[in-house]
Amino acid sequence: MKKNSSLSILLKGIIKENPVFVLILGTCPTLAVTNNVAGAFGMGIAALAVLVCSNVLISLLRKIIPESVRIPCYIVIIAGFVTIVEMIVHAYFPALYDMLGVYLALITVNCIILGRAEMFAGKNSVGKSALDGIGMGLGFTLALVLMSTIREVLGNASFAGIAIPFLEPYKIEFLVKAPGGMLVYGCLIALVYVITSGKAPLKKSFSCAGCPNAATCQTACTASAQPTEEQKGDAQ
Amino acid sequence: MEMFKSLIIILLSSVLVNNYVLSRFLGICPFLGVSKKLDQATGMGIAVTAVMLLATAVTWPIQYFLLDKMGLGYLQTIVFILVIAALVQMVELLLKKFSPSLHKGLGVYLPLITTNCAVLGVAINNITDGYTFLESMVSSLGVGLGFLLAMVLFSGLRSRIDETNIPRPFKGLAVTLIAASFISLAFMGFAGIVDALFA
Repeated sequence: MKKNSSLSILLKGIIKENPVFVLILGTCPTLAVTNNVAGAFGMGIAALAVLVCSNVLISLLRKIIPESVRIPCYIVIIAGFVTIVEMIVHAYFPALYDMLGVYLALITVNCIILGRAEMFAGKNSVGKSALDGIGMGLGFTLALVLMSTIREVLGNASFAGIAIPFLEPYKIEFLVKAPGGMLVYGCLIALVYVITSGKAPLKKSFSCAGCPNAATCQTACTASAQPTEEQKGDAQ
Repeated sequence: MEMFKSLIIILLSSVLVNNYVLSRFLGICPFLGVSKKLDQATGMGIAVTAVMLLATAVTWPIQYFLLDKMGLGYLQTIVFILVIAALVQMVELLLKKFSPSLHKGLGVYLPLITTNCAVLGVAINNITDGYTFLESMVSSLGVGLGFLLAMVLFSGLRSRIDETNIPRPFKGLAVTLIAASFISLAFMGFAGIVDALFA
């Protein structure tokens, strides 16, 4: 497969550069909305819509937006699309709107969207950016659905609201609460590392590299991201 | 007295029960990114608290005196994020000019906070919860202090994790998240404490 073929751009977001498990972007919604499958799926689709729209528009405008003010411009574009999606969800899917609450508005500050704008859409053609948006959005949705399935089935003995009676006596209730989210997420990151036998570019530790703000806050990042002993060992 | 009591309840519940990082998952990025050393964690926590207070002081009047008056409520997200981003930039410039020592301590964390979901989250939540201006400020203070508390507690744990021998796949972020999960589990013990105190 050619490195830049359309198919590989589409597919890399789903597995190789999965935004949640490999790039570690958008941790907040990942943890917050995955206690039930329906909410996680809705969140994924909402983020997908915003991601594709903002990627396309930013790619169209990439030669017009001045380099120095690009981040504020991206934020305005993204916030605009988030508002549109928020209104659509409010009008047509009120149950989902109540379920997601403030997290829907917080798609604005989801690192995935700003991150893809900065890393991909700002540098590539419209078609490629749209594909990248679809791929990343699907990767995000799949990751959320996977995580919420584990949490809801094991924690609440149900799937997308449908009860699974035989699991009822064995449910581990804390998985649907806040700590369970972090536990499942941590285990899944380790699992992805094992499955890809260490080939996935696993982040040695949480650094600012994937953060779109990295450029604007070099000082803070270098201060916090000094290599530890562990990382030095890994590099060898 | 009644008002004072309600303010204390808001403060305590946003520090302990509804801790933004540990039970609402807002502001996870700085929580995981800048909690490696105690001094950095403290600096970041104080900076976040200051920005939250400032952001609430500005966004609350904007919502009630500008957006609601003119029927522009749907512009909330766009207006808030822009105002917060501009505000943080301005504070950083002012600090750099007038108090270089403070800028050295806190300024480096400010740009990180611009698009932090905890800051936007607290601004939006204060409006959705229908708080008055005073209540909003107290709730922002509580959320900020809760963030600081979580950061400081976690930085202590992080330094211990760094010294232990962890299975290869769990190294780095995986073990950090699992450790955060246990702290969050401990904080679940605070559920109900506020109601019990003032029952």
